[in-house]
Amino acid sequence: MWEAIVLTIKLATITTMLLLIIGTPLAWWLVRPKRWWKEIFASIISLPLVLPPTVLGFYLLLALSPNHGFGAFLTKIFGHALPFTFTGLVIGSVIYSLPFMVQPLRNAFETMGERPLEVAATLRASPLDTFFSVVIPMARSGFLTGSVFSFAHTVGEFGVVLMIGGNIPNETKVLSVAIYDYVESLQWEQAHWLAGGMLFFAFVVILITSLIEKRFRYD
Amino acid sequence: MIEARFCGQLGHFTLDVNFKTPNQGITALFGISGCGKTSILRCMAGLQRLEGFLRIKDDIWQDQKIFLPTYRRPVGYVFQEASLFPHLSVKENLQFGAKCGGKKSLINFEEIIELLGIEKLLERHPSKLSGGECQRVAIGRALLSSPRLLLMDEPLSALDRDNKNEIIPYLERLHQSLNIPIFYVTHDISEVERLADRLILLENGKIKEIGNLHDLSARLDLPLAKANDAATVFEAQFLEFNEQYELTLVQIEGGTLWLPSKISQTNKIRIRILAQDVSLAKFRADASSILNILPATVESFAPLNNSKINVVLRLENNGVQLLARITRKSWDHLDLKIGTSLFAQVKSVALI
Repeated sequence: MWEAIVLTIKLATITTMLLLIIGTPLAWWLVRPKRWWKEIFASIISLPLVLPPTVLGFYLLLALSPNHGFGAFLTKIFGHALPFTFTGLVIGSVIYSLPFMVQPLRNAFETMGERPLEVAATLRASPLDTFFSVVIPMARSGFLTGSVFSFAHTVGEFGVVLMIGGNIPNETKVLSVAIYDYVESLQWEQAHWLAGGMLFFAFVVILITSLIEKRFRYD
Repeated sequence: MIEARFCGQLGHFTLDVNFKTPNQGITALFGISGCGKTSILRCMAGLQRLEGFLRIKDDIWQDQKIFLPTYRRPVGYVFQEASLFPHLSVKENLQFGAKCGGKKSLINFEEIIELLGIEKLLERHPSKLSGGECQRVAIGRALLSSPRLLLMDEPLSALDRDNKNEIIPYLERLHQSLNIPIFYVTHDISEVERLADRLILLENGKIKEIGNLHDLSARLDLPLAKANDAATVFEAQFLEFNEQYELTLVQIEGGTLWLPSKISQTNKIRIRILAQDVSLAKFRADASSILNILPATVESFAPLNNSKINVVLRLENNGVQLLARITRKSWDHLDLKIGTSLFAQVKSVALI
């Protein structure tokens, strides 16, 4: 049971950090400069919101397969085939949780408007300086929401994990899969502990996020 | 010398302006909303890119090949809404300007804070300030970036009257103590009268006229003389103070005027005479309550509507021009024409 918890936290933490690195420039690019065709990319990023996780998992399984072009390329980079490994799970989680990071960031960048950037430029701050000293602090509620949702969503994913990760202890057996396992094998007590723990975790996350988010707003 | 030319399509109208101004004093960009005033300012700051040319003294900021991005231009920009950074305190906002402006600050931090009266606000957050306080901090922040050109886009228009009256004296002090050219966008003639050294009149993206306020306000073909509150504005010099009646005598070119207040000798005095407060008489009315009676001649005139007529007078000894607004009936009754000598009776003079 503890292995599954530790593995889940590890997966969610790595995924969230990767998403901060990937999602920030991506969300910024979607907002500035504004172009109608960028909506196409925004829609692709948002697909996991509507697609059944099994569908996503199925395509990911195909894409990561070492027998095909892209999967073969990844296999070469990582030195081993990716399906049914922790690395493969991280890649899947990043794609699956991408909209949960990009959407709040995009909203935060959009609400900010052009004005703070113009002000910073007239005060002679370079674009890079402006991004770190104005954009990031002003969008902090977006960063908070995005990180919390990405983390929580990764913790809760099941369909994708089952499709590309399977059920290997210490490698791909995360919480949600473990609960499923316990129920299947009629180990109700363990299932109760994990499920109840998740319920509590979800509640605390939502409560704390909304409390902090209120304090983070600038009116 | 500042030399600027901008030309291009902006939404539904074409901007096409070309002007030269001295590298000092306040230049007001004046016109109704949507005439292109703000666009000119944004072009000067590099926030907007139109075809054109911009030279500040010896530095070219824009020509056919060069276009300096905003953050490479030493401008200070005060926006209509103060736009303070909400995540920084007042002090940090000010430091943001100072940090990026470098060390060669024109005036130091303490001087700016004193000049703008913001020492008590330093630790506060922008959300806890009034509109007027925000705008003062925004002005301070712009100045601390050591600009060589200060651009102000209707800095008072988002404020209520009290806040406006609170800021104007600070702007006047800036004007007197700093040697930075200021471009000031406004659609409010009273701000122009109080602050501007020269005026660029804009209409539909084009410059209608450029000149000093006094000359333009006496031009009958321009909208200033046609406004309800048309007035002439003069610079005046202190002559004497009469203790008994609490009146100050000032000198303008071509005459003297009594003002009903005590004015200190050192200040530059700017006065305004509303066109409708000037009445005309063929003979000097000695038995009159009017203190200020100035000999003048009719220089030009233009009917304003069916009942009123605008008359431009020239004060004696080739003095300054004075705008008067009288009825057409009086004009005919006095049998006035260009060159007629008469007396301008000034009912009230305002110190601005």
